[in-house]
Amino acid sequence: MLELINVSKRVGHQQHIQDINLQLQPGSLNVLLGATLSGKTTLMRLMAGLETPSAGEIRFNGANVRGIPVQKRDVAMVYQQFINYPSLSVFENIASPLRVAGLDKATIHHRVHKAAELLRLTDYLHRLPADLSGGQQQRTALARALVKQAKLVLLDEPLANLDYKLREELRRELPVIFARTGAILVYASTEPSEALLLGGNTATLHEGRLTQFGPAIEVFQRPVDVHTARIFSDPPLNTVAVHKHGNELVCADFVMRLAADAAHLPDAAYTLAVRPWHVRIDSETGLPDVALINAHVEVTEITGSESYVHVRLGGQGPDVPRWVALVQGVRDLPADSSLTLAVSAAQIYLFDAEGKRCLAPAGDTGDSGLGNSD
Amino acid sequence: MKSWNNKAWFLVLPVLLLVAFSAIIPLMTVVNYSVQDSFGSNEFYWVGLEWFQEVLSSERFHNALMRNLLFSAIILLIEIPLGIAVALAMPRRGWGVSVCLVLMALPLLIPWNVVGTIWQVFARVDIGLLGYSLTQLGFDYNYTQDTLDAWITLIVMDVWHWTSLVVLLSYSGLVSIPPAYYQAARIDGASRWAVFRYIQLPKMRRVLVIAVLLRFMDSFMIYTEPFVVTGGGPGNATTFLSIDLVQMAIGQFDLGPAAAMSLIYFLIILLVSWVFYTVMTQQDADAESGRGHS
Repeated sequence: MLELINVSKRVGHQQHIQDINLQLQPGSLNVLLGATLSGKTTLMRLMAGLETPSAGEIRFNGANVRGIPVQKRDVAMVYQQFINYPSLSVFENIASPLRVAGLDKATIHHRVHKAAELLRLTDYLHRLPADLSGGQQQRTALARALVKQAKLVLLDEPLANLDYKLREELRRELPVIFARTGAILVYASTEPSEALLLGGNTATLHEGRLTQFGPAIEVFQRPVDVHTARIFSDPPLNTVAVHKHGNELVCADFVMRLAADAAHLPDAAYTLAVRPWHVRIDSETGLPDVALINAHVEVTEITGSESYVHVRLGGQGPDVPRWVALVQGVRDLPADSSLTLAVSAAQIYLFDAEGKRCLAPAGDTGDSGLGNSD
Repeated sequence: MKSWNNKAWFLVLPVLLLVAFSAIIPLMTVVNYSVQDSFGSNEFYWVGLEWFQEVLSSERFHNALMRNLLFSAIILLIEIPLGIAVALAMPRRGWGVSVCLVLMALPLLIPWNVVGTIWQVFARVDIGLLGYSLTQLGFDYNYTQDTLDAWITLIVMDVWHWTSLVVLLSYSGLVSIPPAYYQAARIDGASRWAVFRYIQLPKMRRVLVIAVLLRFMDSFMIYTEPFVVTGGGPGNATTFLSIDLVQMAIGQFDLGPAAAMSLIYFLIILLVSWVFYTVMTQQDADAESGRGHS
């Protein structure tokens, strides 16, 4: 088990990582989700031992690993760039950690071929990395991490530089291949969809802080605060500042009647958030407590099966809230045309002034019996 | 294929004229001289390949050529490893980088003849700091009389002048290696030597090809510095091809043999550079041909 206890990392005046507590179990898949520069790579480097924390402790199976050099830590790491030894063949690249470990020839041969088979590199073992496609280069790097049989495997956005199809393919295979080794697998990603597709646990990072850690779907459905909700939303979460008066939410653009379960919240300022696919642009709706919001179209992106309608609420100006509505099918709306958005009170999140979640859509809790407990 | 557009030639014409006047016409003049003999002014006789035969069979040419080859070999053997070593020792970040780069660039900014003059004075046994100190320390050092001393002086001078070039080229190759390579090697537990052998050296190979080519060509064509420092002496000990050539053409005014010799000189440089280039880029070519299959 890998434990991070109040781990912080400062470089100069910059706080890269702040007070992170995290426990990762053997055989688990853990996705670090966060925007670029949120501290994912630094956190991985700390876990690997490439950097030492400024404060706090990192424990591996109960023992403090501070001061143990990285080559003695039983760690493997794969990077976004395809990192292989340029002058060594694919076979020698995969074999390199084993050669350093001083294993005998037969064992090396056996393990390299097994790893190559799993990552479908058997036909390319004699090639140099430069002769391979990007996907094969990254498979080689992954095979090197796999063959080492390390207890901690760190994958730093390993699929980011691959094209769409290869990414999907490797994303399906990776958890399966590494799950057999019983290693702690840590996977850094900027893409919410990747965290959900991979499954396992998700840890969301915001400006060097861990905002939430738990099973991916739970974190997605019940983010503890507005940062987590924002990190875990693609297309971006729609937000607007509102005031609660009695059982109504009031802002410049609309008034919304709250459902009964939100009535206990104190009257104060809140941030209302709604997922793009819960914003409807058709007036007919069978949901209760619908607020109608006037908006103007800015641009429409059409993927084919879906359309992303980018709108601004209310009038003109740079400060008016900008929202995205994700609707089914092809909806080609001309720019600057006005339309009426419909948002149901049953599908909103409310975050208080400090960003903590006070309300989540009832439907999003699913059947997991998690109830309203945080 | 598209049809020819004759107007396009007007766009190429300025370049053609420039190249003609700067390279082709002078070269053809040399070719012209190399196959003729002249007595006095403007009387020329066709002699065919006689000058080429004479130059190629002369002891003087063989000796100068051997000196050149030895000099270039020594220069490459010292400057390439030394340049790589200095580049490896240079800092990768912080204020030290600019300091090092400026210091390294300094020798390269000094004109050849000034470098020659600096060392000519620096190494003199009567007033030069280096020569005088060595003599006072009891060394029997005098580059104007001793062949070995003259060679050592020229080699040290060239190393001082041109190692920086190798350093800068190697450094540019080193800093272009993503840090992730070093991290990956650390995680693997690779030794310092393994990092150099399997990451840094392969990643520097392309710039090293350039460095070897430039240093070979420059050292093989060396003229100004030995001309200023030793003047080709003592005796003929540092008379390189270039110095010999100038003596022949300007000192003795043997235009025919000098022209033949410069053509041979030119072809030797071309040939050796081509050999270096082909050998050193062989691996690239192999990799290139393999890429088609993937």
